[in-house]
Amino acid sequence: MLLQLSRITKTFANGVAALGPIDLGVARGEFVSLVGPSGCGKSTALRMIAGLISPSAGEIAFAQGRPEIGFVFQEPTLMPWATALENARLPLVLGGMARDEAEGRARAQLVKLGLSGFEGAYPRELSGGMKMRVSIARALAAQPQLLLLDEPFAALDEQTRGELNDDLIRLWRDHSLTVMFVTHSVSESAYLSTRVVVMSARPGRIVEDIALPHAPLPDPARRFAPEFSDVARRISASLQHGRGAR
Amino acid sequence: MTRALQILVPLAVGALALALWEISVHAFDVSPIVLPAPSGIWAAFKQHFAQLMGALWTTLRISVAAFVLAVIGGVALAVLFSQSRMIETALYPYAVILQVTPVVAIAPIVTIWIGYERIDLVLLLLAVIVAFFPILANTTLGLRSADHNLIDLFRLYGASRWQILWKLQLPTALPYLLGAMKVSGGLALIGVVVAEFAAGSGTATGLAWTITLATRELHIATAFAALALLSLLGIAIFFALTALEWALLHRWHESAVRKEV
Repeated sequence: MLLQLSRITKTFANGVAALGPIDLGVARGEFVSLVGPSGCGKSTALRMIAGLISPSAGEIAFAQGRPEIGFVFQEPTLMPWATALENARLPLVLGGMARDEAEGRARAQLVKLGLSGFEGAYPRELSGGMKMRVSIARALAAQPQLLLLDEPFAALDEQTRGELNDDLIRLWRDHSLTVMFVTHSVSESAYLSTRVVVMSARPGRIVEDIALPHAPLPDPARRFAPEFSDVARRISASLQHGRGAR
Repeated sequence: MTRALQILVPLAVGALALALWEISVHAFDVSPIVLPAPSGIWAAFKQHFAQLMGALWTTLRISVAAFVLAVIGGVALAVLFSQSRMIETALYPYAVILQVTPVVAIAPIVTIWIGYERIDLVLLLLAVIVAFFPILANTTLGLRSADHNLIDLFRLYGASRWQILWKLQLPTALPYLLGAMKVSGGLALIGVVVAEFAAGSGTATGLAWTITLATRELHIATAFAALALLSLLGIAIFFALTALEWALLHRWHESAVRKEV
């Protein structure tokens, strides 16, 4: 296990019970998607794992101390006054790394995400998909063991989204990352994950924890394979069940 | 509209207005005590050139000093506010009181405190009071406008308060500050002029005093020349600050994006 959530709940200051209680363990190397209706607390869960907010009750335990964590938001969340390279090296600079070394590592990540030649571009000069790539490069620059993504591709067009899905699978494989991915797209979760955790409407609870039979591959043809629709149907049914279970 | 036209059209309007003014004054035989012709103002300008330039230098010097002090003080106080809600709650009402009290009303008191013999200091202080508030208010707003997700990201990577301020909040506040500087630059000049009128003594030597003196002696053309210099000074301050804004923002800020039509 890399991390273990035990009896986690979150109640906001206004009294709204947002999440839980949930129990969830994530092993090293898994690609776990959290799927659920809007407002089911899946983003809240991700932010708690990142340490940005604390649970109202319960415990988050990391097996070998807190790992290096990368976080990708729904929006690219870039600094508009900084170039792609300056944005990508931010985690390293904040960590006190020497400028040259930080720059080299950030540059390598940008290249890996297909952004060579755009190192000096400002966010307003980049398309939505490219901005998201910078955001992912930034998350990877600090060489995280755990990558958290909060509906990162929701605002992108279908083609860009498909390309980024494939890139994400490659990055996960090549870096032997552990990924937790929040989405409300059934097909995206079925395409990307080794495991899909389906959550109910607020307060979010785990309805079903589905281990997918096939390891994810960056192969768009897979989206039309019969076993893919089987998985998607199962996730869909589970979501329906979660809505009805209130 | 091309750039050349954008400059030429207003200039043509100005030239036309000046020509009409000149012709009207001669045609209707207006007394130079009521309204001097542009040619008369130009003559007065040449005649009193040294005196006018001295007055311009005094007004310019004090305005720029007041502006710089207002920017430094306003930004410093805004940073302090952003670091502590307590300090903001304690001090902000007094900043507002200072802002809403008309400078004309406090000028005589400040003059008595500091003394007529140090009238430049009186003008400086009053102009700072006038120019200070837009900087404070806008920078405070800007420092608080940082993207919440970016703040979270900085925290995730263990950023210190200082790093969040320096690398996130101050860059976010920069467009707000530059907008406020354009307002405050004009206000600093107005502050100096109003303060000089209000202080109303012979020890002041700026353009406002030149106007007061010239009108008393019915040298209306000289008063107009001083007035024209004041306008030019105001325009120069505005353009200088607009250029500064462009230099700092044009690479990245939405306000500087030129739309292709």
